[in-house]
Amino acid sequence: MPRLSYRRALTRALADELARDEAVFLLGEDIQVGASLVTTGLAKRFGTERVRDTPLSEQAFTSFATGAALAGLRPVLEFQIPSLLYLVFEQIVNHAHKFPLMTGGQCAVPVTYLVPGSGSRTGWAGQHSDHPYSLFAHVGVVTVVPATPADAYGLLVTAIRHDDPVVVFAPAGAMDTREDVDDLVPVPLGRGRIHRFGDDVTVVAVGHLVHDALAVAEELADQVSVEVFDPRTVYPFDIDGLTESVARTGRLVVVDDANRSCGIAAEIIASVVERVRLLAPPRRVTRPDGAVLPFAPALDRAVQPGRDQLATAIHLTMKDGS
Amino acid sequence: MTDADQVRLYRTVRLIRRFEERAVELVHGGQIVGGIHPYLGQEGIAAGVCAALGVDDVIAGTHRGHGHVLARGADPARMLAELCGRVTGLNAGRGGSMHAADFSLGVLGANAIVGASGAIITGAVWAHRRWGRDTVGVSFFGDGAVNEGMLLEAFNLAALWRVPVLFVCENNGYATTMPVTGAVAGSIEGRAAAFGIPAVQVDGQDPETVRIAAAAAVERMRAGGGPELIEARTYRFDVHHTFEHAVRLDYRPPDEVTRGRVRDPVRIQGERLTDTDRAAVDAEVEATLDAAVRFALASPEPDPADALAHLYASGMTARTGGG
Ligand SMILES: Cc1ncc(C[n+]2csc(CCOP(=O)(O)OP(=O)(O)O)c2C)c(N)n1
Repeated sequence: MPRLSYRRALTRALADELARDEAVFLLGEDIQVGASLVTTGLAKRFGTERVRDTPLSEQAFTSFATGAALAGLRPVLEFQIPSLLYLVFEQIVNHAHKFPLMTGGQCAVPVTYLVPGSGSRTGWAGQHSDHPYSLFAHVGVVTVVPATPADAYGLLVTAIRHDDPVVVFAPAGAMDTREDVDDLVPVPLGRGRIHRFGDDVTVVAVGHLVHDALAVAEELADQVSVEVFDPRTVYPFDIDGLTESVARTGRLVVVDDANRSCGIAAEIIASVVERVRLLAPPRRVTRPDGAVLPFAPALDRAVQPGRDQLATAIHLTMKDGS
Repeated sequence: MTDADQVRLYRTVRLIRRFEERAVELVHGGQIVGGIHPYLGQEGIAAGVCAALGVDDVIAGTHRGHGHVLARGADPARMLAELCGRVTGLNAGRGGSMHAADFSLGVLGANAIVGASGAIITGAVWAHRRWGRDTVGVSFFGDGAVNEGMLLEAFNLAALWRVPVLFVCENNGYATTMPVTGAVAGSIEGRAAAFGIPAVQVDGQDPETVRIAAAAAVERMRAGGGPELIEARTYRFDVHHTFEHAVRLDYRPPDEVTRGRVRDPVRIQGERLTDTDRAAVDAEVEATLDAAVRFALASPEPDPADALAHLYASGMTARTGGG
């Protein structure tokens, strides 16, 4: 099989699910021509009834999808910009997520919210560079942040088949990654993946940062044996898998492209230290508190968690714990 | 309308009226915690609109939602049990007054976020149509909701995609304490007109008038017309929410309330019945509600161990908060 890009993996997942299940349909802005390059060709193949362009009315089409799901469809919504999730937080959290419990189990709301190009896209500045996956984990909406093409395919397919709402963040920083894949299969929710085994420290990396963590681990290979753990879904989180890893290494560093306060990194650390006695205090590398990504590329990079910071955190953890 | 239709319409408004009066008593007695938004005075709208619907149609309502759910045929006993937080309630005690739902009757739930029902019902009806069904839908909302962007976005989607949704604005003159004159620039019908949605204003205090207008709209919608809007003029006889019984807010002149209560949908519809028929319905409704109250109060409370049951339809479970 040729090398598959992350972006094409998403397209493939959408196409396979549209073909497999009549109930699946796509909704979004400029998706018929595929402005995000993720839905390219799908309107031609499946028709504009199932690949529907919407007016710019995110709040209405998000709740429209809730209604459609209540009536037996499986909508997939594409959002052009991650910060549009702030506009529809109410519709996702207060309606889609709460319907099953509030109705005493009378319904399911199987909607997938797909956000290609989440996180920093160089040159897009303050309102186009957010990465709000921690917010969804906080409210208990299933949230996935795939790092590789195979996982992007497998997690999107699972999201579409899942009976609850799922937000799928496809980080801009991962969209152009490619890999050789033999077969594409669904990936279960809540199951992490160890990309690289190590003995000294477990690095938890989310989304595109998995690739940075792997690069740093390689760089440091002659000094530290780094294990790289990718949760793949930030909610539900594979705390058992991570506990097992940290119980072996005894050290924990988390790298997370979200703001520091109340970010998923904090949750990961808290959950691990509830279960494991560490050899050194855990560390986290994140965006700053309350970060807004500045425009100038050097400033943008300065507030994102970087490889140098990660290397430093790993060294400090090793030193603290020796 | 046949005599039987008139009797049915009366039974519905009378049922809602007495249900609400009994519910208010249960609030004061402490059996319904959290209070309710009484539908007293507005019964004719739910009754008239739902009488125009078929069994496969769907509706979504508001925080003032008891009337809509009852008019759709929900079991008053299970509805009351829901308000009392009992496991036998429509939502197994998980929704309460503001979220009562009965999916078996196409009631997709009362919704406590003002303006939320319009987009949800538009999507639901669109989906039913895609499955080849002849479904129409109704979104009930108050005058306050017409200033919510999401509702106006829903008007646009429904009109653009010709989804047969009847938007029913229950204009009771107030959004909590805010008078409609202080809140709505332009007009409610004008908002519909801007999207090419046909709109009529009707007397919401006359159940028969409401039913005739709704039936005409439903017929046009089923014949392939897009959405329509009915602005039903009404008056809420009591408080916005039962908390007001304790806090005594001062925003409606007493003489306005007195005048408002004169046009009573239960009396107006009742006068269309013979005294015998009316007395028979009254007795039947009373018996139904006596039984409903007994059923609700005798029903068990849910098991605290199940507090998060149904959180995920997929069967996923959540980590607990303790320890
Ligand atoms: C979006 C939103 N804003 C505010 C509230 C608080 N609230 C609940 S009911 C209500 C008034 C609604 O007025 P209206 O739509 O006219 O309906 P009515 O209560 O008169 O039936 C308000 C402000 C809410 N639930 N949702």
